[in-house]
Amino acid sequence: MQTDSKTGNGVLLFPEGVLELNETAQEILTRCDGKTVSEIIEALAEEYEVDPQMLAADVRETLADLQQRKLIDLT
Amino acid sequence: MIAPRPYALLAEITYRCPLHCPYCSNPTRVRNDGELTTNEWMRVIREAAALGVLQIGFSGGEPLVRRDLPELVRAAREANLYTNLITSGIGLDDDRVGALRDAGLDSVQLSFQSDSTDLADEIAGTRAHQRKLDAAAKIRTAGIPLSLNFVIHRRNIDRLPQMIELAESLSAERVELANVQFYGWAFLNRAALLPTREQVVRAREIATAAKTRLAGQIDIFYVLPDYYETRPKPCLAGWGQRYLTVNAIGEVLPCPTASSAIPDLRFENVRERALHWIWRESESFNRFRGSEWMPEPCRSCPQREIDFGGCRCQAALLTGNAANTDPVCDLSPNRASVDAVLRDLNSSSHHEDDWTYRVNPKAVPV
Repeated sequence: MQTDSKTGNGVLLFPEGVLELNETAQEILTRCDGKTVSEIIEALAEEYEVDPQMLAADVRETLADLQQRKLIDLT
Repeated sequence: MIAPRPYALLAEITYRCPLHCPYCSNPTRVRNDGELTTNEWMRVIREAAALGVLQIGFSGGEPLVRRDLPELVRAAREANLYTNLITSGIGLDDDRVGALRDAGLDSVQLSFQSDSTDLADEIAGTRAHQRKLDAAAKIRTAGIPLSLNFVIHRRNIDRLPQMIELAESLSAERVELANVQFYGWAFLNRAALLPTREQVVRAREIATAAKTRLAGQIDIFYVLPDYYETRPKPCLAGWGQRYLTVNAIGEVLPCPTASSAIPDLRFENVRERALHWIWRESESFNRFRGSEWMPEPCRSCPQREIDFGGCRCQAALLTGNAANTDPVCDLSPNRASVDAVLRDLNSSSHHEDDWTYRVNPKAVPV
């Protein structure tokens, strides 16, 4: 992931492609630093002061979608 | 017209290549003006980044022929570009893989001609297949993400399942199964390369099934053979919208095949003009931007913002006028020219098998 200097938004680059990230995806990916998926959900819930259960489905869905496209590795 | 910002630069840093594939998209005749120097490429890279480019693909010819490739990769990484090497793998020994990794190379797209040595080497016109297998192993050992690119045509399309197996066994992350598009040498050799309708239908089923089966393991990207479609491909997401190519001698092109396919358009050179001027102001980049240039049936077509009238190079090659609707479109008054080619092939069991191998241009050394 890097920042597009023209827009300030996060982008994921891959061979012959670029994925412009929405705010949600960007917030999730900036927290992919060795944390588990559950830890990412907790961190986001704390940051935005919401119930982790409200976020969980969105976070898991976003990560699964990116993994399907081989843009991230979940270990 | 206000120019959009480009996302990707294709750097065709040399036209020299150790392979002789008869489907090469390079021009069949290349001007002999001398390749851009290292310093000239460094400037192009910086100017591209300033324009908004996020990704650079190093291609050719065979980019490994240039000894300064790691230097160029490093310059691109320093300009914050994602770097992708599009290569035959010939010349990729341990030292070079290490140098490229250390320079920050993000990804390698390795071409294969088929899955088996005999057929692959026959298509490449040289002994290359085993060296590609070795190169794939070195790339994986170095920890660089690997994509395999297969160009599909009549002689190898029936081996799609084996090609996919090869990609699995080499732990590739992506596979591009791209039906040959008819430009450059491929246009010259079309009669020997175009697959039959039966082959195309079968290949599509195989690719679709493999994409589902391997989801999350290998991302499979299947490129359709556009002669068999009824609507044209949205070539480049529109002329001068997202992509630009700088070729070995410094010409700046909306697409790599434009210089040979559209001879009446004059393309600017980075040796004479700054990249931002060429992108924004030049006649060649503005000629087919947007939809003002479109003739009917495109002009009033609801699809015009989806396929942008198709491919300008294909219109030029098949109708003699780059401003015509891509004749692949079944609304085009020139669709009969594509149908005639398909009918010739599919109505007969006798097929042209001879092709002309690509030869190298007489390049002026850097």
